[in-house]
Amino acid sequence: MNTKFAHGIRGLAVAGTMAFALTAPSIAAAQSEQFIPLLVYRTGSFAPLGIPWANGKLDYLKMINERDGGINGVKMVYEECETAYNTDRGVECYERLKTKGGGGSLFDTQSTGITYAVMDKAPLDKVPVMTMGYGRSDSADGSVFPWSFPLLGTYWTASDIIVQDIAKKMGGVDKLKGKKLALVYHDSPYGKEPITALQALARKHGFELMLLPVIAPGVEQKSTWLQIRQQRPEYVILWAAGIMTPTSIREAQATGFPREKIYGIWWAGSESDVRDLGATAKGYNAIAIQGSADYGKAHDDILKYVYDKNQGSADSRAEVGTVAHTRGMMIQMLTVEAIRTAQEKYGKGKAVTPEQVRWGLENLDISQARLDELGFGNLMRPVKTSCADHMGSSWARIITWNGDKYETTSDWYEADMSVIDPLVKAGADKYAKEKGITPRDCSKE
Amino acid sequence: MFYRENGQFKASYVEDLRIFKVTQDRVAVLALVAIAVLLVPMLASDYLLRAVLIPFLILSLAAIGLNILVGYCGQISLGTGAFMAVGAYAAWNIGVRIPEVPLLVQILLGGLCATAVGVVFGIPSLRLRGLYLAVSTLAAQFFLDWAFLRIPALTNHSASGSVSVGTLSFFGLPLESAWQKYLFCLGFVVVFAVIAKNLVRTTTGRQWMAIRDMDIAAGVIGIRPAYAKLTAFAVSSFIVGVSGALWGFMHLGAWEPLAFSLDRSFQLLFMIIIGGLGSIVGSFFGAAFIVLLPIVLTNVPALFGLPLSVDTAVHLEHIIFGSLIVIFLIAEPHGLARLWSIGREKLRLWPFPY
Repeated sequence: MNTKFAHGIRGLAVAGTMAFALTAPSIAAAQSEQFIPLLVYRTGSFAPLGIPWANGKLDYLKMINERDGGINGVKMVYEECETAYNTDRGVECYERLKTKGGGGSLFDTQSTGITYAVMDKAPLDKVPVMTMGYGRSDSADGSVFPWSFPLLGTYWTASDIIVQDIAKKMGGVDKLKGKKLALVYHDSPYGKEPITALQALARKHGFELMLLPVIAPGVEQKSTWLQIRQQRPEYVILWAAGIMTPTSIREAQATGFPREKIYGIWWAGSESDVRDLGATAKGYNAIAIQGSADYGKAHDDILKYVYDKNQGSADSRAEVGTVAHTRGMMIQMLTVEAIRTAQEKYGKGKAVTPEQVRWGLENLDISQARLDELGFGNLMRPVKTSCADHMGSSWARIITWNGDKYETTSDWYEADMSVIDPLVKAGADKYAKEKGITPRDCSKE
Repeated sequence: MFYRENGQFKASYVEDLRIFKVTQDRVAVLALVAIAVLLVPMLASDYLLRAVLIPFLILSLAAIGLNILVGYCGQISLGTGAFMAVGAYAAWNIGVRIPEVPLLVQILLGGLCATAVGVVFGIPSLRLRGLYLAVSTLAAQFFLDWAFLRIPALTNHSASGSVSVGTLSFFGLPLESAWQKYLFCLGFVVVFAVIAKNLVRTTTGRQWMAIRDMDIAAGVIGIRPAYAKLTAFAVSSFIVGVSGALWGFMHLGAWEPLAFSLDRSFQLLFMIIIGGLGSIVGSFFGAAFIVLLPIVLTNVPALFGLPLSVDTAVHLEHIIFGSLIVIFLIAEPHGLARLWSIGREKLRLWPFPY
């Protein structure tokens, strides 16, 4: 080999290293930004729910950047990617944003279909997936699903809480025996997810469960409600989304089924679902994720630091405080707190990697005092996650539409984990077997 | 100048029957395949492979399958998405129930199941034509969508009706990273494209085209319509089924019937109409157009730093996409493949057109 040439190469390499050493601090400075990918659906048939949800997520990030200057000085940067609730597009968004800006901190996919597609890719890419109040219910088992976080509750805990409230209205759990409850659901993985839990509850409490699927998008429900009129279930549990929700309520009115006896899941419990119906929907119940229908100090901060400076994501201030917008805020608050937790372990004031965010999500401990401090004191109950429990808490309240707005009409409920836990365990075990995963031993971590 | 075939004589039947008769074409195609096999996996980013090239390859394969049925045999089908679903679910079921079956065999068996279903739903084509046939294949779409949603056995009693595949391997080699999956899909596409190209030049292929051009005349000269139509359905569904299995296994990893909905059928139909009916290369053009255009349209405003909100970008994308389709169909009803062949003719004469 030509020695001169070799020298030249070495010289270049040395120069390169020096140049790198000189520029390194500026790179580090540039990296003191935390990148947060935002998957949203502002178009498509679910957009009425997707828009305020996405705005809530954006507004909270803007507020933290404005009020606190980021997390311990680390500013948050973000990019939205439109999925239109379409799995293909969601996967494309995930692939595009997962490595951007030092790694997408965590993905909140906003869709059951995208969650299922992404949660198998996430462990390979080492990116956490947070699915607050949706996604795959058995992913609450962190030993099998280390990268998935269905925080604050799943469809299974929601099913249990709805049944608890129904039992309370009927005058006790024993009154459920021999009674009939109907599940009217969107015929998709989203709508089918609660069936497992409701069937387990039906066995436990001795009620009969009617399953009534509605073909997506759910504008054709005449036969469904005719069946309800014939079979006369005591209560209807509504697992609807988008246009399906108002259609169901209208059909209930047409067939004379009392709206007071309908319980919607949280995605069917936003203002956009019932506002146009007004008094027709009066009495319609829905479960809220934690206390997402209430108004807290966090809302004031958003108005003060974001909307008063004309930085708001929504067209009007009135959107702040609506159920869907508040949910967006809650998701982002959990994201921010997870990053903060990760920073406490891996270095305050430094951007953390997605892998470190995962640790933060798994060691989240938000006490009531901390919630009060964050302005979520009346919106949420404390959350504490662990290796085994990726859900953190399952508190929820029931809200009721009074013809004009939602009112919180129940006390706090917590899901009966003696029913849910065995289901989670069974589902997670089946998944581990199918995928050849060896579950982590959580007692050692 | 460079694209001249002067002096390239065909001295034997074998040479006359070549797919690429011009030496330059052969070199170009071989170079393209070599680049796709060697350079692309090394140079392309993870995003490019996973989000652009793999879907492009798989949908090209599906478009080839559909083109055989619609472009070559003239039988309009709106059930492509459903046949893809059959391939995907069948391959998945085989894998779940008999884990010993290797992946390659799983996918091919998935294709065979799609063939069987395709032939069954092709039977009405013996009596129905045109729009009426389209409606009867629509029945396939709705029926199969329904079946995968409502028959628990088909999803192995999965609670949510969504299925997902485990870790994949190809005869001991892992299929995990983007380039491994890409090469796996590329292998399928190259093999099936060559098979399809050759198939349309055989007796069977010529029978399909005769049926497409005028089925009565074809019958008069001794072509059995039943045989020709059903073989077209069989071959088409096989390729479409394989592509469906690849879509589920390689691209999505976990899916629900929505991934193979009517939208997918329309998308594939648009691909072959834009790409060029009755053209194998047109299937690739159409797939590239439909897969790449939305991605380009969403990324272009960001490249120029335009502060476009995501929803506006999506609405713009719909507008541009729609108008491009209309313009294309008016300006060149034979699709991109026709533009390609016009370009080649022009290139032959360049720089001295006479």
